[in-house]
Amino acid sequence: MTDAHFAIAPSAPTAAAAAPATGARPKMAACNLDFHYDGFHALKGVNLEIAEKRVTALIGPSGCGKSTLLRVFNRIYSIYPKLEAKGEVLLDGDNILDPRFPLNRLRSKVGMVFQKPVPFPMSIYDNIAYGIRHHEKLPKGEMDARVEQALTQAALWGEVKDKLRQSALGLSGGQQQRLCIARAIALRPEVILLDEPTSALDPIATGKIEQLISELKHEFTIAIVTHNMQQAARCSDYTAFMYLGELVEFGETETLFTKPAKTRTEDYITGRFG
Amino acid sequence: MNAPSHAVSDRLYRNRRVRNAIALGLSGLATLFGLFWLVWILWTTLRTGLGAMKPGLFTRMTPPPGSDGGLANALFGSAVMSLGAILVGTPIGVAAGTYLAEYARKAPIGEAIRFVNDILLSAPSIVLGLFVYTLVVRTSGHFSGYAGALSLALIVLPVVVRTTDEMLQLVPGTMREAALSLGVPQWKVTIQVLYRSALPGIVTGVLLALARISGETAPLLFTALNNQYWTHDLSQPMASVPVVIFQYAMSPYDSWHALAWAGAFVVTLFVLLLSLLSRAILLRNKASHD
Repeated sequence: MTDAHFAIAPSAPTAAAAAPATGARPKMAACNLDFHYDGFHALKGVNLEIAEKRVTALIGPSGCGKSTLLRVFNRIYSIYPKLEAKGEVLLDGDNILDPRFPLNRLRSKVGMVFQKPVPFPMSIYDNIAYGIRHHEKLPKGEMDARVEQALTQAALWGEVKDKLRQSALGLSGGQQQRLCIARAIALRPEVILLDEPTSALDPIATGKIEQLISELKHEFTIAIVTHNMQQAARCSDYTAFMYLGELVEFGETETLFTKPAKTRTEDYITGRFG
Repeated sequence: MNAPSHAVSDRLYRNRRVRNAIALGLSGLATLFGLFWLVWILWTTLRTGLGAMKPGLFTRMTPPPGSDGGLANALFGSAVMSLGAILVGTPIGVAAGTYLAEYARKAPIGEAIRFVNDILLSAPSIVLGLFVYTLVVRTSGHFSGYAGALSLALIVLPVVVRTTDEMLQLVPGTMREAALSLGVPQWKVTIQVLYRSALPGIVTGVLLALARISGETAPLLFTALNNQYWTHDLSQPMASVPVVIFQYAMSPYDSWHALAWAGAFVVTLFVLLLSLLSRAILLRNKASHD
């Protein structure tokens, strides 16, 4: 693959707003991405760059395709039948939609955290160690250090360090979600995808996760789908507004929220629809 | 608020209360009717069975008419054949249930297998006994403990397939997605994460299947037949508690009747304990999830 893939030309009039110069190096990019499920055209020629070590927020009304787009980035959609992505999605220039791209390697590089926290039915320690054990054979001392590091990075270590052997199901919702973030970063991925990570949490837990996101972006590239526009404004560097499967507008968060170029963007962020 | 409309709504409310009381009373009576027979059966079994319990029940062989004995060979035969059935039925059932839930959930082939499995689940057990009779007893030329265990395994199998399938389907899809997003392959996710989540349910299914086969008589009549003597050779005809109960209860001898009651008592108690155990497993699991 060459850098030519990143010189994105609008392929359709609807994609004209895509891909401003983001300044930072693009870590991932969707190029003319179309997505169908069971006859429904969910993404229409989307072009989007995810900047390295920045937070990119995807916003838009329900059903606009923002979660679908996120789920293409680690090909998690492919566990269900009848879903099809066409076009290219590049990770460091390599097309991850190419069937020859090793799927499990992709997922170890591009981690994901979901809307509802889903701790595995095992101890807190094993939740974190589970993914590491599959990818690396570590002696116990190193594994302990990795688990501690991941939990510390996810701002959870202080709360759980005395009960690592207890079931993760006993944690509160906010703690469970931070555990899921720790589980994802324990694999040392390069990109973290967050699919509405706070929509099941109370305001205090939400605040903690948002603070965490701003710290994690120093080390990881982050893409976050959110329903909450304040959240996008608070914690992202770039924001993409999607509507009916199209990328309507993409730019620096501050610009998009203060001087949107499209009326549809303005209507949405001022609450006129959605 | 004007008076007439208030009176109307009062009457409406009174009517509803009366209808509610009638419906509630009828449901209560229906419950009592059902429970009455159940309690009667249980009470008679426990009272008469307890009276027939005696030392030697677990150590002595089934006696000829008129002499003293116990149920040792029948209890042993039941235990061995049930265990064999569970050992054969569980792994196959879990594997098939996993295929249905994880690999063919909405596929036509999965639906077809589920349908056939449901037929097997509700097939009369005597049919399964006859099937094994034709397949094993006729071809080998004699009744055997193996044939008995196999016919019981055919009862265990659909129960385990169904519970495994259902319990895995109850595991939230997000847990699969979360585990797969760690780059762990599907077979490993199934064994290490999904089984762990579904385990209490699957174990309960196996225990209930065990409870069901420990009282089955019909399939054993055609396969293991019976044996007056102690044998631990599965290629020989084997005694079992239900068949002994059947034979002794039909006999004219009082001592045989007493043994049949004792056998019924032991089997009932065993099934009761299994039910309590499976309930405890499910409750404990629920508590740890809440």
